[in-house]
Amino acid sequence: MTTHRPWWKTVLGIALTALMLFPVYWMFNVSLTRTRDMRADPPHWFPWDPTIEGYTAALDQQLPALATSLFIGLGTVVLTLLIGLPAGYSLAKLHPPGARTIDFLLLVAQMIPAVVMAMGFYAIYIRLGILNTVWGLIIADSTVAVPFAVLLFRAFIAGIPGDLSAAAQIDGAGNWRTFRSVILPLSRNSIITVALFAFLWAWSDFIFASTLSRNSDAIPITLGIFRYIGNNTTQWNSIMATAVIASIPAAFLLVLAQRFVAAGVTAGAVKD
Amino acid sequence: MSPTRTDAIGALGRTDEAAADIRSAAAPRPHGRRRGQRSRHWAAFAFLAPLIAYLTAFYAYPLYRNIELSVHDYTPRAFVQGNPRFVGLDNYLDIFTNDTFVQALRNTAVFTLGSIALQYALGLALAVFFHRNFRLAGVLRAMFLVPWLLPLIVSASTWSWMLNSENGIVNAALQAFGIGQINWLTSPDTSLLAVTIANIWLGVPFNLVILYAGLQNIPKDLYEAAGLDGATPWQQFWRVTVPLLRPVSAITLLLGLIYTLKVVDIIWIMTTGGPADASTTLAVWSYREAFGSGQPDFSPAAAVGNLLILIALVAGLAYVRLQRREDHR
Repeated sequence: MTTHRPWWKTVLGIALTALMLFPVYWMFNVSLTRTRDMRADPPHWFPWDPTIEGYTAALDQQLPALATSLFIGLGTVVLTLLIGLPAGYSLAKLHPPGARTIDFLLLVAQMIPAVVMAMGFYAIYIRLGILNTVWGLIIADSTVAVPFAVLLFRAFIAGIPGDLSAAAQIDGAGNWRTFRSVILPLSRNSIITVALFAFLWAWSDFIFASTLSRNSDAIPITLGIFRYIGNNTTQWNSIMATAVIASIPAAFLLVLAQRFVAAGVTAGAVKD
Repeated sequence: MSPTRTDAIGALGRTDEAAADIRSAAAPRPHGRRRGQRSRHWAAFAFLAPLIAYLTAFYAYPLYRNIELSVHDYTPRAFVQGNPRFVGLDNYLDIFTNDTFVQALRNTAVFTLGSIALQYALGLALAVFFHRNFRLAGVLRAMFLVPWLLPLIVSASTWSWMLNSENGIVNAALQAFGIGQINWLTSPDTSLLAVTIANIWLGVPFNLVILYAGLQNIPKDLYEAAGLDGATPWQQFWRVTVPLLRPVSAITLLLGLIYTLKVVDIIWIMTTGGPADASTTLAVWSYREAFGSGQPDFSPAAAVGNLLILIALVAGLAYVRLQRREDHR
């Protein structure tokens, strides 16, 4: 439409963003506040006298939990890609019988509440003896990402021109070679999107962690923070410092991979 | 991305003409073609097999176990020994007659409908605002994603501290306006409101992104035409934006409904469903029965969970039907 860009909109936009992000600012502020200023009335709006005692305490106590979460996140990414990529290729290009049924099942799968899955997994894991293990959590966390991954890969791979795989097959490539040498390299962007979301969801998971791994020696960071709140309601600077550290993957995603994020959010919901 | 992709297309594009020649030469042989099709079915199945195995083992089986839990009387000991008593639908009857049920149902309705209505309204207002391009619009819109990307435990614990009765910033700010201390999380009158506010904050980014993408698919010339006809921005919003955004809006609201029904963590972390049952939704109730105390009571929890699936399925079927209808357009 018009090409002039009024400044008042930018000002309003900044004000709205500041309001929206106030809780995030508050998390930073509290994480740097000294313990004795924590209960000041009124609360300090800015950490004039910042301390890093919260961060040293957080790193001291939560480093193993961060490592566990990192491992679980990466494991979930690997499992999700291993299941999602071939399935996406098959559904998009090889026209398997029953493709519509699979589509429907994947949609239904996304509606099942995590608490229900947690109970089912609990009942299964207790028999298999994999309750309180990282492997059990990797499997459970992947159930959030796999339906999303299959639907996204399917949509993306369907957009790769059929001529490409036809040409590869004439050159003697079987389906496996076509998948590996043509489809996979061309799917790089969608692989990044899926990997980022699978990691973030596994990293952020609370329900599976608090049910399937609550008596584990190696607890993920979300459970670490939760226990922190339960045991220790005086040191909110350490709790918020841990929260800041736990938010690093999200910040990373936002800065370095914003276009992949937007692609992931809109995938499946909006078609053009 | 772009160099890799064009290179590949360029390299393979040349062999493509040759491929077409060979294909047309080979086509008249029906026998070979049928064999090709059959092997393609096999390949299709082989690539799909991991997913099918996965869905069976990690979706169907847990769900089956969940139904099994709900029709037996599982005590912690029966869990390990595997000899629970079959009780039919007793668990379901128990939850329907439980005092918590009515309260949880009401809370679920208030929490879910309140959340999605306000998330949608705020998301749409922001989407329209950001749609009119201005300086920094892209950066600010990206910043709005932050609440959605943060781990839930992070946002929930931050909100808990902000809403703290004595030391929270929210009460401190209200005090400046002469409003006395509100016990957001510890009073039965406000705990549901408090978790709903936090949940709305969490959901606005998702609504903003989807509705913004929807707005971008509305052709610009429609607004130009409306503008030439003398329509005010307000009229343009109601006569152009709202009707053309209808399919996207419906899907956004339905997805919001399905997601919000399942919410446990934000409520559990902030109030554990309390005080008493004041902020207990069906999902939280199910979680609390199964995992919330030292005495796990899986059978009623599973029954509540299955009821929740049923509600989500009804919403989900509406979603699928809606998508089908959009596909046929």
